[in-house]
Amino acid sequence: MEFPDDLRYTKEHEWLRLEGNDGVVGITDFAQDALGDVVFVELPAVGATLAPGQVFGVVESNKTVSDLFAPVGGRVIGVNQVLRDEPEHVNADPYGAGWMIRLAVARRDEVDALLDAAGYRAHIAREQAK
Amino acid sequence: MARRTPLFDAHRALGARLVEFAGWEMPLCYRGAAEEHRAVRERCGLFDVSHMGEIELRGPAAAAVSQELTVNDVRRLRIGDGQYTVLCNQRGGVLDDLIVFRLGPERYLLVVNAANAAADYAWICDRAGQRAVVIDRSAELGLLALQGPEAELALRTLTALDLGALRPFTALEGTVAGVKTIVSRTGYTGEDGFELLSAAPDAPPLWEALLEATRRRDGLPAGLGARDTLRLEAGLPLCGTDMDETTTPLEAGLAWVVKLDKGDFVGRAVLAEQAARGVPRHGYAVWRDGVAVGTVTSGTRSPTLGTYIGLAYVTAGAAAPGTPVAVEIRGRRVPARVVARPFYRRVRREE
Repeated sequence: MEFPDDLRYTKEHEWLRLEGNDGVVGITDFAQDALGDVVFVELPAVGATLAPGQVFGVVESNKTVSDLFAPVGGRVIGVNQVLRDEPEHVNADPYGAGWMIRLAVARRDEVDALLDAAGYRAHIAREQAK
Repeated sequence: MARRTPLFDAHRALGARLVEFAGWEMPLCYRGAAEEHRAVRERCGLFDVSHMGEIELRGPAAAAVSQELTVNDVRRLRIGDGQYTVLCNQRGGVLDDLIVFRLGPERYLLVVNAANAAADYAWICDRAGQRAVVIDRSAELGLLALQGPEAELALRTLTALDLGALRPFTALEGTVAGVKTIVSRTGYTGEDGFELLSAAPDAPPLWEALLEATRRRDGLPAGLGARDTLRLEAGLPLCGTDMDETTTPLEAGLAWVVKLDKGDFVGRAVLAEQAARGVPRHGYAVWRDGVAVGTVTSGTRSPTLGTYIGLAYVTAGAAAPGTPVAVEIRGRRVPARVVARPFYRRVRREE
């Protein structure tokens, strides 16, 4: 399972990639694997403002419905419209074509507070040991 | 008293059968609608559509106002580009369908239906407020449509404009038969063709020149009768007949012009709600006309069909295939339709 070093992670299994002041957000390889085949992704409208930890959408697999949480606060400046018709990208390419939203990051220190790849791996290991 | 276009005398001289349409006295046909229809499909036909309205928006905020009032994305327009779009009210209902042309960096021209022109103008003025200059140019402009597979050959004899380079839904300013015009590669017939805007006093000489060029290709002047059968064959909706304030562009089959992701616009909230999708799941309620009529028992995204399907128990009154219902997905009523089972049927191999 892959957890790229250039991403930051949440305990709820979202990832964030900082591109300038933008944060691109999706769910991790671990999350997509746990969900199984993703059949629907509900995303916010461009322009919506999110607080850190706020639910910004829903991802559904045949097994389950899960909320998506904003890793950091900011305004939604892009959503991956392709997922509307092709949610399977979330499984096939969770860090690439399966991205979900692009945020104008409000506070850089919120990004710094997220887990790095090593911290996220340790978090998963703890969860699986439970 | 019905209004007359600058070509009224020309129509009468041609022996047109005149009828009242949207408050205008217009040619229904000249020799016969079916014959005129065939001329457009096989060669070319010339229409007077000067009854249509033209509304111009000017100023630094003209783009923003156009973007806010129409469902398509005007940011995609370069100067000279046109775009089919819809004007909606706050309930997502269709006020009018139109083509918007970007004539300059801060100049947009909306070509609207005759029946709605006055109401459109009032609506746009109201919504624009002081942000943009809104001008009703309907009375000062004539509009002619030359349509058919030979339209380009006919028009080419009257102008030095590079018509071959004029792509569909783009416009060029230039001279046709000595008259200053805006020529666009647009129409309402399902054929290749052009629409020519000119100053109203220039419309009669332009019509005469175009009519002569049309006749040289064995084409005909064509009336509203042929225009209606041509657009209907092409599956193009007519505003006021196929859609109105009580229907949304999504219901009218115009989802392709509705750009929900372009940012906010008038009617967006209702259209976004209507475009909502989701997985119907066990236990979700089924609604019809605001009444709960049943419950979903299983549902998924069909890998074969790529759409969302489910099985549900509903009351007998809501069980007929085709019945529009809604499935309540996390508090939102997502439109759905009752269909006959099965969703998938294997194709039997021919022995």
